[in-house]
Parts: sequence; C-alpha cells; structure tokens
Amino acid sequence: MPILEYADAVGLALREEMRRDPTVYCIGEDIVLGVPFGCTRGLIDEFGPDRVLNAPISEAAIVGSAMGAAMTGLRPVVDMHFADFVTCAMDEVANQIAKSRYMFGGQIDCPLTLRMPYGIGRSGGGHHSNSVEAWFVATPGLKICIPSTPADVRGLLKTAIRDPDPVLVFEHRGLYRVTGEVPEEEQLIPLGSAEIKRPGRDVTVIATARLVHEALEAAQRLSEEGIEVEVVDPRSLVPLDRETLAQSVRRTNRVVIAEEGPMRGSIGAWLAWVIMEDCFDDLDAPIARVAGPNIPIPFSPPLEAFATPNAEDVMAAVRKVVK
Amino acid sequence: MYAGMLRVRMFEERVRELFAGGRIPGFLHTSVGQEAIAVGVCAALRGDDYVLSTHRGHGHLVAKGGSMRGLMAELYGKATGICHGKGGTMHIADASVGYLGANGVLASGCVLAPGVGLSIRQRKSSQVVITFFGDGAANRGPFHEGVNMAALWKLPVVFVCENNRWASTTAHGLSTAGGSIAARAAGYGIPGETIDGNDVLAVWRTTAKAVERARSGEGPSLIEAHTIRWVGHHEGDAQSYRTRDEAAEGRRRDPIARLGKVLEGKKLLDAAHIARIREGVTAEIDAAVAFAEASPLPQPEDALTDLFAHYPWRD
Repeated sequence: MPILEYADAVGLALREEMRRDPTVYCIGEDIVLGVPFGCTRGLIDEFGPDRVLNAPISEAAIVGSAMGAAMTGLRPVVDMHFADFVTCAMDEVANQIAKSRYMFGGQIDCPLTLRMPYGIGRSGGGHHSNSVEAWFVATPGLKICIPSTPADVRGLLKTAIRDPDPVLVFEHRGLYRVTGEVPEEEQLIPLGSAEIKRPGRDVTVIATARLVHEALEAAQRLSEEGIEVEVVDPRSLVPLDRETLAQSVRRTNRVVIAEEGPMRGSIGAWLAWVIMEDCFDDLDAPIARVAGPNIPIPFSPPLEAFATPNAEDVMAAVRKVVK
Repeated sequence: MYAGMLRVRMFEERVRELFAGGRIPGFLHTSVGQEAIAVGVCAALRGDDYVLSTHRGHGHLVAKGGSMRGLMAELYGKATGICHGKGGTMHIADASVGYLGANGVLASGCVLAPGVGLSIRQRKSSQVVITFFGDGAANRGPFHEGVNMAALWKLPVVFVCENNRWASTTAHGLSTAGGSIAARAAGYGIPGETIDGNDVLAVWRTTAKAVERARSGEGPSLIEAHTIRWVGHHEGDAQSYRTRDEAAEGRRRDPIARLGKVLEGKKLLDAAHIARIREGVTAEIDAAVAFAEASPLPQPEDALTDLFAHYPWRD
C-alpha cells in the first residue's frame, strides 16, 4: 500500500473527485500554489483556472458563492485557508448553507464541502490555531467529519464531496505532514462510521484528529504499565456512530474523551452526554475529559504548550478512571 | 406590467389584512409602493433566469411567476406552502421558477449571486442572476465582497438595490456615507445606474440593458432604484421616525397610477379594462386565500424532515 502524507491524501481525493465529476471545483485563497499546506498544489495544471479558483480574500463571497453554485448544479470544495477565518463567513455557513434545504422545504440541494484546516501548533497564535468544530456541531443542517489519518481524510473527503448535503471536513494542520498507508484502489468511508484505532480491554479513549495520535502514544506507554487502552476515533461527528462508541464502552466500562478544543461547550461535553445516555449502567467510573483550557490560544511556545492537550494528559485521565 | 404591478399590490394589501386579522403569523414586511422594481426587473428576465431576494420579497416571487397559492399557503404556515411551512415570509424559495430564496439576512444574496453566476458560466448557459437588496444592505460587507467577486470574474449578475430611503427605522442619510449606492459601482469598474424605481418602464429598460450585458459575458451591473415604502418596516411598525408626508408622497408617486396614466394616454387602457384586471387579480387572490385557509397545518413531527437529503436522520 502506498505511504502518503495527509496533505497529499487530501490532494489525491480532490484529484480523484475532480476527474470523476466535472461539476466539482475548488475555490479558496492561494489554492493555485497550495499555500500554506500544500493540499491543492498542482491541481491547476490538470484542471485549469476554471476549476481551481484563486479567490480574493473575501470569505463571505468564497463561501456564499459556493452555496450559490451548489444550489444551481455544481459541487464546490472550499478551502477555508484557516478554519479560524470562517468567522468572516459565519452567516453564510450557519444561516444560509446549514438552513437552505430545511427552510426551503427540501426543494434545493446544497452539495458543498468546506475544508477546514484548523488546530494548534507552531505558535500560530490567537487567529490561526482554534478548534472551532463545536460551533458547527451545534448548528443543525451541517455534516461534520474530522479525519485523523491520510487514509481517513482521503476516504471521508471523497464521501463529503459526493454527499447531497453540506459537509465540513476538519483537517488538523498539525497532521498534514503525518504519513500513513492509503489504499491504491478507490476507498469511500461513509459518514457516521467510527473506527477502533487500537483495541484494548481496560479503558475506551474516544479521541478526535490530533488527539487520536496522542491517545495512541498514551496507549503504547500505558500498555507497558499493564493498562490496555482502546482508542476509538469517531471520524465523523455528524452523523455520529453511537453504536461503535457504545460497544467499546460496554467492553471496557471506563471512558476518557480527548479533544483539542476548549473544555467548555465542547465536542467532549456532548459525547459524554451521548455515552451517559447510551451506556450509563455500563460505566464503572465517571467519564474523564481531556481538552484545552478555556482561553484563546496564546503565542509564546511555553504558553502554547500549556494550551495543547497531549499524550501525558491522556495518560493522566486514563489513570484517573482506572483507579 | 400594469397587471403585474396590480397583482403584487393587491396580493400585499390582502396579506396585510390577513396579518391584521391574525390569519398569518410571523414578522411581515410588505412591498406596497415598491412594485415597479419587482415587476420591471422580472419583465426583463427569461423564465429560466434566477432571482435572489430579500426579507421584503413577496413581490419578487409573484413577479417572477411563483405560485400565488403556494406562497399564500406558506405565509399561513400550512403544509401545502411552497416550503411546507418551514420557511415562511422571510425564507421562502420557489426553485421551479428560479427563485432561489428570500433572505432574512441583509446582503446575503450579494454573495450567493456570484456562485450562481459561476454555475451558469460553468454550465455554458446564457442565464443571468438578479440579486435584490435594500439600501441598508449596501453597508454590509457581503455587498462589497459579492460585487467585487462578480466584477473581477465578469459573472452574469445584476445587483438591484431597492432604495426605499429607510434601513428599518434609520434614514438612508444617517446610515450611508457618500449618498449614492450606484456610485459604488465605479470603484469596482462596473456600470452603476441610478433610476426612478417608481417608473416601471425605466426599471425594465435599465434592467434589460444590464441583463444583455451580463448575458454577453461582459459582467455585472449595479442598479440603484429609488422608491418609497408606503408602509412600515414591518406590519405593526408605528413609524414614529418619519412623517406622514412621506407615505403621502409615495401615494402621489404611485407606480401603478403612473403607468396607468401613460397607457391611458396611448389609449391602451381604460376604466373598464382596469376593472377587468382587478377582477381577475381578485379572483386569483381569493383562490389563493381559499386554498391556504382550507389547507392543513403541518404535523408537528414534520419539523424533523428536510434537514438532509435522506430521512429519517440519525444524529
């Protein structure tokens, strides 16, 4: 199986879907050169400027125009550049795109994909580091996936592009250089299918994106202490594969939920409620959570490190629930 | 166009009565007095052209050829409404006539329009898209982003500003630097025209020119059509912010009477003819009201449908 970087797996998915369907096009800031993450580099050579649109720095128009195009027969893939900038297109995402099918009584499809490069790292600071996925989980009408590996991002992005509804794909920018096996043949991963990234009998760690990798490292180290951690990656948050999460919890009876975004009003808070509703009687300990502190992301390396949940945090949370 | 304006006027007047009588829920914004813009613009369009509208959008939909029955039932919140009661007055669309949505957020249509234009171009179609917006909306960022993008890429869009002098309760002069909205077109290198929006023939002529330009691939235009809102921002608005003189001025400059005078002068219209048109429109509206009244309300659990393409939906 070929080994690809996450960013190249994104590019592969885009290329495959653009070849397959002439209504698919990409739009975003600096996407011709593929700056800054390299995902769209080279698309212009194969598909030309009509399908690889370097847009003005106009987030509302980039996202709004994608909706206009999606309503009238195209399948846009928007590169949000940094997910933080979606605030400049929040009306378009939350009021227009999310509600178009619903408010119009199902008359109009809005098949568009928003690629959301997000997350902490390399002193990006307050406007280039945020985990904003919880905002959109709280916005009915959007589907949301959050792939953690090259194979997952390729498979989920392809599914997102073919989906008849708007899908946000959260790509952690700290994962773009992570490598992994990507199947040679075409692979579509359905939305709403979680994956057990490492089996274990003692504790279920439900983790997203970068925290999947931190959880795997924690699992490796805890295994040396005799604690076997099962790492479950939901892969999509809307729809959510509650069944796979619940099955894991019924085996281990202990749960840690790990994410990068702030603790308050978050994905983890919602997943904890889901687990409680589905598996309350199976739990042998209160659910523990790993998440960022309730602060904007600071710049200076030690401050940023303080705001970055890591494997040590996952290990501490696991120890708490197995005590 | 005379009959078209009467249809909008009489529809809106009936809706106001029904709202006052408690038959229609919600926040209602009618376009009484502004009919010439909706009708003049849509008269310059083909059936397959697209329209993006505003919170004050009933007239645009009626003028674009939307179903009056479906619109009325939607205003009633009935299951037979065009959007099955999920959209209502400010969030209604009728895809069958290219009406891609009223909008509760000002200037949002200005950024959807370039995308519709991209789609038209990519499909190698000769359609155009009109986006209506008010004078208040011209001060929002999406107006500028949308005009810039459409101008940059020479997209087949016509931006139509309905300047009715009031952004809700704030006067145009107190909210809009520079005064002219059409003049903003110059900054984007596209034509900007200021016209009397109560002169339906001027609206039609100016739109036709802009549509022709858009269809031939020369790019967007901006039209600022001045008009007067006869009624409040919404039904129930006491309008303490303006004098009665303005509504009176609006009535003096009634776009329907104005075209009537022109047509009568050319012996193309007389009192009997007008009576026949009114009778026909009344019957059409009566039928729409009867349909809406007789239609069932949606079942409460219908609130869960239409969120995504596939139903039932699993969270």
